[in-house]
Amino acid sequence: MADHAAAHAVHDPNIGNTGLDNRKVGMWAFLGSDCMFFGSLIGTYLAYKGKSISGPLPHEVFDIPLTSYSAALLLASSLTMVLALAALQQNRVKTAARWLFVTAMLGLHFVLNQVYEFTTFVLHHGLTLSTSLFGSSFFVLTGFHGAHVTGGVIWLLMLVTLAMRGKLDARDYTKVEIAGLYWHFVDIVWIFLFPLLYLIGRHLH
Amino acid sequence: MSQQAHHDHVVPVKIYLAVFTTLLVMTAATTLISGVDLGPWNTVVALAIAAFKASLVVLFFMHAKYSPKLTRVVIFGGLFWLAIMLLITFSDFATRGRPS
Repeated sequence: MADHAAAHAVHDPNIGNTGLDNRKVGMWAFLGSDCMFFGSLIGTYLAYKGKSISGPLPHEVFDIPLTSYSAALLLASSLTMVLALAALQQNRVKTAARWLFVTAMLGLHFVLNQVYEFTTFVLHHGLTLSTSLFGSSFFVLTGFHGAHVTGGVIWLLMLVTLAMRGKLDARDYTKVEIAGLYWHFVDIVWIFLFPLLYLIGRHLH
Repeated sequence: MSQQAHHDHVVPVKIYLAVFTTLLVMTAATTLISGVDLGPWNTVVALAIAAFKASLVVLFFMHAKYSPKLTRVVIFGGLFWLAIMLLITFSDFATRGRPS
């Protein structure tokens, strides 16, 4: 395997002497750091859970059907992301671009749902960043997740634009692959956020 | 051009669809189960399902299953450090005494 890697290292500057693509390792390392980031915010939310002395309670404001739907949107977007990658692998650039666009739109839909939810919390329930421990920890945590999704949507739309201009093909597989890794990570964060925030403890009320 | 050789693992679309269907089913399951009072088991079940869903995404969508072992070492390393942070933080938090 080392010889295989060495042979390619001569031709491809992206392959390090471990045989791994540096860009992929870089993205995995970044995702590891982002794990720590979300881990600390999730830990904070859990530490403060149930300890707010005022303000609306989680079960009073949460819309489970809406957030379940949002969860399904992100799961679907991970599927369309791998379909885009599979198409690009076969140099079917237009198909890849379409799947990337669908992924971005599903992500955008998710963000719009979040905006709707946040607006409802503020205007309808009087829950803001400064209302309570729940307000603070909830908005920081989900706000940062929403910002991550937004960044991902922009990244995906940039890839779509490149593809439309004929500047993306099968040779760019790894570039799209690392965008995919980021996207799946954002999906995984929500896979944990959804039960931790919205589902655990709701049967009590 | 030489990058082609590094990702000649073609994952059948059927597998992606099967994973996606499983993810949807597990999401529905976790939502329904959360409506039933299982006491402390609610948290355990919810986290177990979430961990299972996350591992499906990591293995199949993020291609960890088809990646070199070294990539998996990097992934495991990240999770290991996260586990340390959560473990130490919560040990501290859980063992704090009440003010007298």
